[in-house]
Amino acid sequence: MNLRTLLEEKKSSIVKKWVHVIFEQYPPDSTNFFLTQKDRFLNPVGHAISEGARDIFNALVDDSEPEKFYPLLNDIIKIKAVQDFSPSVAISFLFLLKKVIRVEAGAEIARRNLTPELEALESRIDQLILLSFDIYSKFRERIFEIKNDEFRRMTFRLLQRANLICEIEGEKTTPGEETVITNK
Amino acid sequence: MAVQKPEELSKVVYTFPSTPWMDTPVEIKKGIFCWGNKEKSLKAVGFPNPRQWSVTDEDWKLPDNWKEIFIEGLRERVDKYRSFRLFLDICVRCGACADKCHFYIGGGDPKNMPVLRAELLRSIYRKYCTTSGKIMGKVAGARELTTSVIKELWYYAYQCTECRRCSLFCPYGIDTAEITILIRELVNLLGLNIEWIAGPVANCWKTGNHMGLLPHTIIDIVSEFKEAIYQVTGLKVDLSYNRKGAEILFVHPSGEYFDPNGNVTFMGYMMLFHEIGLDVTLSTYSSEGGNFGFFTSNEMAKRLHSKIYAEAKRLKVKWILGGECGHMWRVWHQYHNTWFGPVDYLEEPVSPITGTKFENAKSNKIVHITEFTADLIRHGKLNLDPKRNDKYVVTFHDSCNTSRAMGLFEEPRYIIKNVCNNFYEMPPQTIRENTFCCGSGSGLNASENMELRLRGALPRGNAVRHVRDKFGVNTLANICQIDRATLQTLVDYWAKGVAVRGVHELVGNALVMKGEKERTTDLRGDPLPGKEGE
Ligand code: SF4
Ligand code: SF4
Repeated sequence: MNLRTLLEEKKSSIVKKWVHVIFEQYPPDSTNFFLTQKDRFLNPVGHAISEGARDIFNALVDDSEPEKFYPLLNDIIKIKAVQDFSPSVAISFLFLLKKVIRVEAGAEIARRNLTPELEALESRIDQLILLSFDIYSKFRERIFEIKNDEFRRMTFRLLQRANLICEIEGEKTTPGEETVITNK
Repeated sequence: MAVQKPEELSKVVYTFPSTPWMDTPVEIKKGIFCWGNKEKSLKAVGFPNPRQWSVTDEDWKLPDNWKEIFIEGLRERVDKYRSFRLFLDICVRCGACADKCHFYIGGGDPKNMPVLRAELLRSIYRKYCTTSGKIMGKVAGARELTTSVIKELWYYAYQCTECRRCSLFCPYGIDTAEITILIRELVNLLGLNIEWIAGPVANCWKTGNHMGLLPHTIIDIVSEFKEAIYQVTGLKVDLSYNRKGAEILFVHPSGEYFDPNGNVTFMGYMMLFHEIGLDVTLSTYSSEGGNFGFFTSNEMAKRLHSKIYAEAKRLKVKWILGGECGHMWRVWHQYHNTWFGPVDYLEEPVSPITGTKFENAKSNKIVHITEFTADLIRHGKLNLDPKRNDKYVVTFHDSCNTSRAMGLFEEPRYIIKNVCNNFYEMPPQTIRENTFCCGSGSGLNASENMELRLRGALPRGNAVRHVRDKFGVNTLANICQIDRATLQTLVDYWAKGVAVRGVHELVGNALVMKGEKERTTDLRGDPLPGKEGE
């Protein structure tokens, strides 16, 4: 038996445990809601994280290409980036997976001499952690971008009225593309 | 995003510490709160205890007798509003409302569960207004009022958009929005507000609108709209202001003068009025349908609202038509009659074009623009070419106020289906009376609280993303100016590629006007389908 078969076998318990510990990072009063409300529209966070965790685990076991992980991590981290987490805790859910695999399958892995395979898997998880860091930063940057865009939309007409925006003859200016002259 | 201190980084704790809510002191976080009000904004309207203070300071410079002010204020309101006392007394903490708030669903902060949000004040009510609380204290769910509790009340009252989604699920009909409204009113007695609300209130008191626009600015802006309409249609469309003896006074949110999405919606109204030859005027003083006073205190809401009728009276109009705004309709439908009773100097609204009597507006004499336009379409009074909106695959966001506070579900949908060929609904548990808030209502549409807004908008954004992926939806139509200004930002994060549009922008595009030139662009100057490259 190789690690892959073992993980396939233990898939449901590992994923269940993993999702559980991810939601334990939320306040205790909320963990239960995220875990139990199954309607994806009434519990988008619970849905995105549970489904995402399952898909990430499957993709890891299947040894999928790195591109496969990007959208999966994206959906989870996009949410975490606006919630009450420090950057380290926001991406720590992948560290938790390592822990869960060792708890759930560690003994068997050791017994079947699969430790080298586990190490290989863990270093792939490490790569995902690095990727997650990039994604997290991207979303934090995105928050500043959308703030900025909103501000421009709000003030565009104001600047226009104060003659602080120079429009090139015949060209349409849309908020965000204008040239602002500050010392008119 | 919370930032950890370096010494904490080495001992990252993965699980959340657990303490009962009463023992978890408030931690005011960046990205969640809005900046506190400026002294001058409170002074402008005579609000009590104006001073310069800062949310991030330890000392909020409360007046010496702050405790007395708060408790007296609470007692006074409990005596005055029977509903308030009832809401404070009868909650059985069944939890039915707990997971219905978009801020809780998106963020997971337990104090954003409606039941707990209300409990923040209920615990004070028990302590100071009930015998059991006085005697048994914590056992009876009562707690001492401290400065930290004041901060907590302020912090969470400005994390509730007063959307009333939670009230829909309460078996006792408890409306937590009303509790938020009163918490805001109580902290306002201590000079604690947010500038994003207090500033517009001061502006509105002075100039008649939140933006502080003076009459000549309004006229200037509208002349730009006229020019833009001329470019698209070749028609000279006029709009009168302050014209005595007009049949109808039109009132709309002033944000439409400034926000690009609002601008085009307003142009849609102008084209419609021109096309049907409506005898309508606007007022440069009653130039705000919205009412941020409603987000500070009952009294202030009343003061700002009264100018609309004062203008209607001065201009001697017969009735009022109202634009695409959210909370203005809440004020009208749920508060106006309590404040002023039926209006006797205006007439029951009748559409001069179709003869339809708007019996629902018998008392207030105000008709919603989508009721008016839907009636025109129903009677075949408009020549519409929905193909012009063919590049839009549309879904409709029910704004909390127009849906839950006035039950306006069908009219906007009916209009959209007549002016657009592609319309898809979001899942039923997220629309109509179940609608998810934009996360920025009730004056929380600032930018410093962006993380809060994004959490709040997650359930709505998630449903938009679903119809985007499933049906190719690229347009989120709505009838609220706060939505038009803020949802664009939030959708840019959660469901990129979807544009937010007012319903009357879509009407303006589809409306075939008498004598117009062949249109090649829509109201934004973008080519119409099939006219690309012209
Ligand atoms: S009124 Fe809306 S924002 Fe306020 S607690 Fe209820 S659901 Fe949440
Ligand atoms: S649903 Fe009503 S009774 Fe139940 S906890 Fe919420 S407010 Fe209280």
